[in-house]
Amino acid sequence: MSLLEVDELRVHFASRGMDNRLRVAHALNGVSLRVEEGEIVGLVGETGAGKSLTALALLGLLQPPAVVSAGRIRFEGRDLDPLKSDVRGTRLTLIPQSPHTSLDPLMRIGDQLVRMQREHADVPKKRAWQRARDMLAEVRIPAPDERLRAWPHELSGGLAQRVLVAMALVNRPRLVIADEPTTGLDVTVQAEVLDTLRELVRAHGMSAIIITHDLGIVAHYCDRLAVMFAGTIVEQGPTRKVFHEQRHPYTRALVASTPKRIAERGFGPVGGTPPDLYALPDGCLYRDRCVRAAAICVQPPPNVPFPGNHSALCHFAAEA
Amino acid sequence: MMLEVKGLAKRFGNINAVNGVDFHVAAGEAVGLVGESGSGKSTIGMLVTRLIAPTAGTIRFDGRDITALREADLRPLRAKLQIVFQDPWGALNPRMTIARALEEPLKLHTDLESSARAARLRDLAQRVHLPLASLERFPHELSGGQLQRVCIARALATQPKLIVLDEPTSSLDLSVRAGILQLLAEIRRESGVAIVFISHDLDTVELITDRVLVLYLGNVVEQGATKSIFARPAHPYTQTLLSANLPPDPDAVLKRHRVIGDTPSPIDLPPGCAFASRCPVAIPACRQARPPATALGDAHSAACIRIAEGANLLPT
Repeated sequence: MSLLEVDELRVHFASRGMDNRLRVAHALNGVSLRVEEGEIVGLVGETGAGKSLTALALLGLLQPPAVVSAGRIRFEGRDLDPLKSDVRGTRLTLIPQSPHTSLDPLMRIGDQLVRMQREHADVPKKRAWQRARDMLAEVRIPAPDERLRAWPHELSGGLAQRVLVAMALVNRPRLVIADEPTTGLDVTVQAEVLDTLRELVRAHGMSAIIITHDLGIVAHYCDRLAVMFAGTIVEQGPTRKVFHEQRHPYTRALVASTPKRIAERGFGPVGGTPPDLYALPDGCLYRDRCVRAAAICVQPPPNVPFPGNHSALCHFAAEA
Repeated sequence: MMLEVKGLAKRFGNINAVNGVDFHVAAGEAVGLVGESGSGKSTIGMLVTRLIAPTAGTIRFDGRDITALREADLRPLRAKLQIVFQDPWGALNPRMTIARALEEPLKLHTDLESSARAARLRDLAQRVHLPLASLERFPHELSGGQLQRVCIARALATQPKLIVLDEPTSSLDLSVRAGILQLLAEIRRESGVAIVFISHDLDTVELITDRVLVLYLGNVVEQGATKSIFARPAHPYTQTLLSANLPPDPDAVLKRHRVIGDTPSPIDLPPGCAFASRCPVAIPACRQARPPATALGDAHSAACIRIAEGANLLPT
């Protein structure tokens, strides 16, 4: 049994436009994902691919008009409800993207860390304060005793992001979801924050999902990766293996569009836009952009398995 | 020289955004400005296009001193000196069709008749690979990548000699980004326009530019040919910055240099080297005076006093 098992999760949003016609956006179209104990999984994809929405479903934070039409999420062997959660904040936590809008501006750092603990368990105030201090030290914030009394606006972006890491880990979760954890940070600071996150996840035997569009982060910080496109996972597997084999044409296009690859091999074919989530085509959702598309692609693609827990959602995945 | 900048400085209140920067851009050259937030790279972009006025220093464009030109005298110049911003959604008027947005600079800067302008619009759309039908659309009907193509087309409309591109691909998805970079390469080849490319994305800068300036807290800490800087970074900050870059290749070996803490506040900078507070090889002398640029050959130079004694290279 895996720590987290997501099977065929489908989520859509229904809304009425000004013409009073019902329109349905198919945001997640059968997401299947496994996270094992102690593993760091990278979830990559472009804007609108459904990365953050998958995270919201895992955290039980989906809100109407979101409708979960199919699929199930199992965490630690129990079913999770995508619309509400009794493990969020304790067993399963989130590191959000923008540090300064995610911290309460009217509360000192220490109080926020104490609240995070006492919200979920009956911890004496003094012990929670002590634990908050230790947690700041763990995420390598210099002078933790002073920082406990700091206000969020007094922290740099890098320090504020470390505080969010501390908040997410203070209750010792089994799985932490980091949603673009370093997007707003400078590169020199980004690497340090990611190092700290990885060390702590490893040290405490936790698992993590890192949501990102940066293939560099995936390549160096994730054990496995899942590539999302239009609400589906088109390829997943061990990081090194996926980078080397690239079974899905979309994975190939993503890797080929990094400046490093362009410098080595010149510009490859790119272009097209993701499909309209309000009017999804039949069959493969990637086929309008795909260089390998053929007549068979109007049929739903099979999820082709490869050795070593690697799979790709494509009729031609087995081609070299 | 297409652009020549000497001693350029800009203060906003008590913030020293740019502190005495010298550089030049030759005709047809692509020069990258690299640095993290607060390094002053966007401010330099706005200064050299004279969207704002400098506190000190001189800017010469195409042989003319434009440092203190009044708005009326700047106007004819703007046709030749264009800028493209990071956020294409914010750079286009939501109530103007794409055709109107592209026509605006032609009306301002050329004597073309309306039929000639229409022909030029179609030509521009083709050059940036926009479907002709999109000319009649409004910005909200296009994707981010298409909008950035519109902004580039608008900058090209008056046949400029220099375009400043301020993080032109940062707000775009990876595969869309590659298309824009390809377009820029094409435009350079066809029109020979000079480019100032502002970015924090090192891989993109390495791909696009001929020369690079590395900025830290409003100072140029290192400059030289792109190849030379990426192969042999001399300033401890440049070494740190390059070593923190994560190539999209799981087999790439990272040699990370660690620095101390975050970038300090640009308010009341200390007198010496701006990087001294985070630099692992700093000595007391680094904090006393601003380090002069040390020549490293091949027009490559770095502002670090430890180069002379060979103590500038960081341990891995």
